[in-house]
Amino acid sequence: MVHELYQETILDHSKRPRNCHAMADADRKAEGYNPLCGDKLKLYVKMEGDIVRDASFEGSGCAISTASASLMTESLKGKTRTEALALLEKFHDLLTSDAEVGDGLGKLVVFCGVRDYPARVKCATLAWHTLKSALNGADQPVSTE
Amino acid sequence: MSTLTSEILTNFDVEKLREDFPVLKQQIHGKPLVYLDSAATAQKPYAVIDAIRRFHEVDCANIHRGVHELSQRSTAAYEQTRTRARQFLNAASDAEIVFVRGTTEGVNLVASSWGHRHLKAGDEIVISAMEHHSNIVPWQMLCEARDARLRVIPMNDRGELILEEYEKLLNPRTRMVAVAHISNALGTVNPVAEMIAMAHRAGALALIDGAQAAPHLQVDVRALDADFYAFSGHKTLGPTGIGILYGKQALLENMPPYQGGGDMIRTVTFEKTTYADLPYKFEAGTPNIAGGIGLGAALEYIGGIGIERIAAWEHELLRYGTEQLERIPGLRIIGTAREKAAVISFVIEGIHPHDIGTVLDLEGIAVRTGHHCAQPVMDRFHVPATTRASLAFYNTFAEIDKLVAGIYKVKEVFA
Ligand SMILES: Cc1ncc(COP(=O)(O)O)c(C=O)c1O
Repeated sequence: MVHELYQETILDHSKRPRNCHAMADADRKAEGYNPLCGDKLKLYVKMEGDIVRDASFEGSGCAISTASASLMTESLKGKTRTEALALLEKFHDLLTSDAEVGDGLGKLVVFCGVRDYPARVKCATLAWHTLKSALNGADQPVSTE
Repeated sequence: MSTLTSEILTNFDVEKLREDFPVLKQQIHGKPLVYLDSAATAQKPYAVIDAIRRFHEVDCANIHRGVHELSQRSTAAYEQTRTRARQFLNAASDAEIVFVRGTTEGVNLVASSWGHRHLKAGDEIVISAMEHHSNIVPWQMLCEARDARLRVIPMNDRGELILEEYEKLLNPRTRMVAVAHISNALGTVNPVAEMIAMAHRAGALALIDGAQAAPHLQVDVRALDADFYAFSGHKTLGPTGIGILYGKQALLENMPPYQGGGDMIRTVTFEKTTYADLPYKFEAGTPNIAGGIGLGAALEYIGGIGIERIAAWEHELLRYGTEQLERIPGLRIIGTAREKAAVISFVIEGIHPHDIGTVLDLEGIAVRTGHHCAQPVMDRFHVPATTRASLAFYNTFAEIDKLVAGIYKVKEVFA
């Protein structure tokens, strides 16, 4: 049961997060905060026109939120702003609806187990909430509350 | 080993007591429930569940002023809880026992009613570094409204308040000292009798947040000389939405009502209202009657076991649990005061409390993870959150062993 939630990919990305560093030349930055667990996350995005060239993050959090940020930054590269926001919607559906797992999520499907743990959904969505505010250009820290 | 301790270890029939708690009989994710979250809310014995049910089935009526039979029965049952709470706290009179929704409302009532009448600009209120948000925010709001100053007693690395620093904070402007009897985040038992005496020497009043103490140790408000003492029914085996605020009669008399409405008045005209006597002056509107009756049953149930016996059993559980957890590599207990009760808060190197909590849940073990409504405590210990196992007398040594095994499982998953 543990491994339905904490799938290998999640454990791997939580122990060895990818793109986990500051980015000096980022042109979009946003901060996310989950008051429930005190997790904080800083997201950096580098755009080239309408395309996400690079994304990275810093912060400390639980395995789910760290893995989510890590996999998110990986999956964003090369996507247009519209594509990134569409992916966010799909990811959100994966976590919160009972519908069949849709395609186009790639590796992100490893988070499908989270929907059975409503208390942990916010951990998985923190990075994505933060992405939304980065892409929308809001520089207010976002909160999952 | 004291005689009570050795007697408890042989005679405390925990398995029989567990039979009184229906919740404990279930499986969670296919494993027997191990409930280690009693500091958040305690489980309820049949005595409480049945008393509430009986009220709704047999005696249900609004209280006070009714002349019919049902109203008299429900009034008597509700008021009997006031008497039980008075005895439970060893207060002098039922007039000093005010029904509130819980500790939070108790603190707010005092901050609002006493505060707005008696606090002036430049006055000071002292709280401690280990308070629950409910014993911080009401005072902060009051200080802001009155241009008064909030001061904070610091604690040491064990999670003990530093009394020399407390002494230095006290001065002729200090009007109120508000501290927890037992910290929910650390388990520290504060030396409140001494702290109250110090407050009184400085001419200040003292309010004790007894939310965590009432279920775990003998409280005697007169021996403590507390001016106010608040606790929550739901942490004391009773239902949610009901609690007790004790206040010394002379102080309560000199405080304006908290809310206006029915029940708290003597006479009402459009020109002027005169207020009811204590304690009804502070009890506007139809109260939580069923909750009050449930709380009465809870206090009676606790009395039937004996709070000293409860405390002795929990003390042994705490000692054993602390010993076992300390042995786990990478685990650090947050809150190692010499006087502790019922709470083990800990962190594990490299593993977030939320992940610990989820994996333990899959093992059927309920613990709390997060900041425990005490963010300043987390900041003080430089951790974002902890995992907290909190104990009650219905917990067993075998359950501590399951917690330990669960933690090893956590370590295995995140190794
Ligand atoms: C020390 C302490 N004070 C106050 C409270 C607030 O109690 P309630 O939420 O029942 O009003 C709690 C509850 O967690 C507590 O542990």
